[in-house]
Amino acid sequence: MSVTLQEFRRTSTRGHESQRTTIEETRTDKIFLTGVKIMLWLALIVVAVPLIYIVANSFSSPSAVSAGKVLLWPVEPSVKAYKEAFSDPLIMKGYLNSFIYAISGTLISVTLTIAIAYPLSRRTFFGRNVIMSVLIFTMLFSGGLIPTYLVVQDLGMLNTRWAMVIPSAIGVWQVIIARTFFRSTIPDELYEAATIDGASDLRFLWSIVLPLSKPVIAVIALMYAIFQWNSYFDALIYLKDPGLYPLQIVLRNVLILNTLTGSTTTTNLAQQLEQQQLANVLKYALIVISSLPVLVIYPFVARHFTKGVMVGAVKG
Amino acid sequence: MSATFEVKPAATAPAPPAAASARKPPRTSRRTQARRSLRRHWQLYLLVVVPLAYFVIFKYIPIVNAVIAFKDYSPVKGPWGSPWVGFKNFELFFQNPVFWTLVKNTFLLSVYTVLASFPIPIVLAIALNEIRNGRFKKTVQLVTYAPYFISTVVVVSMTILVLSPRLGFVNDAIGLFGVPQIDFLGNPNYFRHIYVWSDVWQTTGYSAVIYLAALAGIDPALHESARIDGASRLQRIRHVDLPGIMPTAVIILVLGVGNIMSIGFEKAFLLQNPLNTAQSEIIATYVYKTGLLNADFSMATAIGLFNSVINLFLLLGVNFAAKRITGNGLWS
Repeated sequence: MSVTLQEFRRTSTRGHESQRTTIEETRTDKIFLTGVKIMLWLALIVVAVPLIYIVANSFSSPSAVSAGKVLLWPVEPSVKAYKEAFSDPLIMKGYLNSFIYAISGTLISVTLTIAIAYPLSRRTFFGRNVIMSVLIFTMLFSGGLIPTYLVVQDLGMLNTRWAMVIPSAIGVWQVIIARTFFRSTIPDELYEAATIDGASDLRFLWSIVLPLSKPVIAVIALMYAIFQWNSYFDALIYLKDPGLYPLQIVLRNVLILNTLTGSTTTTNLAQQLEQQQLANVLKYALIVISSLPVLVIYPFVARHFTKGVMVGAVKG
Repeated sequence: MSATFEVKPAATAPAPPAAASARKPPRTSRRTQARRSLRRHWQLYLLVVVPLAYFVIFKYIPIVNAVIAFKDYSPVKGPWGSPWVGFKNFELFFQNPVFWTLVKNTFLLSVYTVLASFPIPIVLAIALNEIRNGRFKKTVQLVTYAPYFISTVVVVSMTILVLSPRLGFVNDAIGLFGVPQIDFLGNPNYFRHIYVWSDVWQTTGYSAVIYLAALAGIDPALHESARIDGASRLQRIRHVDLPGIMPTAVIILVLGVGNIMSIGFEKAFLLQNPLNTAQSEIIATYVYKTGLLNADFSMATAIGLFNSVINLFLLLGVNFAAKRITGNGLWS
């Protein structure tokens, strides 16, 4: 009869205090652990409260919001703000544009990232260290805003959809993540076997590496998509035509610059007040609407994302 | 500068193929190797052409374009055709009364950001690491990680709404203690705190993930033996966990310091309003205004270049110091 380690521990500490499954926790350890838990609860509350506050406000009636009555639960529940937001042509156009930029930008970015990350992962690729240095240098030093702007201008991309997806197409961080993945999961032997069967480098990449690399492709695709969805600065400097504006610029105009959408030409005081109140809730609703696509997929991708972050950040 | 962020140390140069070593002495010259690699793997070289072109066009040409900092740029003549003016733009900027305010604002904001956002994720990660895997741990992680995915525009809007004098809940809350309403965004003295703490709110969960990964990589045997030696939880954190995540922490600190002068333009710009510019005007927002709103391209580029160069030196300096002190650095 063998005694398991746990049983052994239990018997060896018996008589001392109660039974345990691990080596004893001293009293200070217990106090410490309680402190840790309190701290984590605090962190949870601090992060969650503003989020809940926004959502609660967005579902409340305009008058309750304007009176500042809403805290963590909707007051006089209403979806008026959402109706208003979804019927605003400018907001919807921004939404559509953001989707266009996110999808096309992600396709372009992922393709280009793999195109450079895969060769850089191959030992037989001559000059990979030089190329890697060339890429990393761009993380440390840049020409700056205006010189980049001049390039985009010279390429005739100003005020076109290209300006949203091309100048920020490749992220060095994503290249590092993809390259590390290829290098650590695709063994050289696999390539040798494929070569013997007559596969070229491209064929090997397409038929063997890519199918094996779905996790990392998903991670970098999501990184690019979220980056693209959330970006507003490129639009601010490169775009002039409101018809091309992504959602974030529309949001900035409404939320931060307080440019009301819709017509406020009415002279009736009561109506003006009502519109002012509606504008207040609209802000909360817009925040929810614009973050929704990202937050809906977030729980599903968080774990993969975590892996990507780890690959990118942890050395040795 | 060598390939640096590698997770694994770079492999040594590939051994020459067996066929070659049969005829020639075992070491082939690099040029022969390159030619052979190019012939056999031309498809790989073809693949990198477009991405490399991207880096040349959008990253390196701008660096070359930055010569306009030393010129009196005229759009008609282009970056190279415009007349040289030497360091005139830099001198003008240094003499500008706004210069020291900008440097001070940028520097203080960045240092404050690094000081606040460096230790907090470590504390969070260690705390998460201490409690057993369970629902609570997962919830905390999922929730604290979430703000990272929210856009800057939205985070700034949320900040403004939450802090709003009449409607925001922060003013309601301090009102309960009898504090009169505060217009947080209208007072320049609050700007840095708002900037830094909203940043901490947004990024702590994300940064903690990196440290959690590092903590998971610590050999459990170390903890086990520390426990047998009678180390308390606090002692184990101090003597096992902290040294274990040291290399990661140093890299993150170095990168953070390297960003000191290039602090997030987007957020400062969005949080800015005419009332708080005394502290919210930083080099990056000033470059935007000079360059794109006033169309003074040469001056804006000079200011940007000044910023980038200081940035680079700071990064190299801190990296050097970190390497000396801890043995860890970006290129170790």
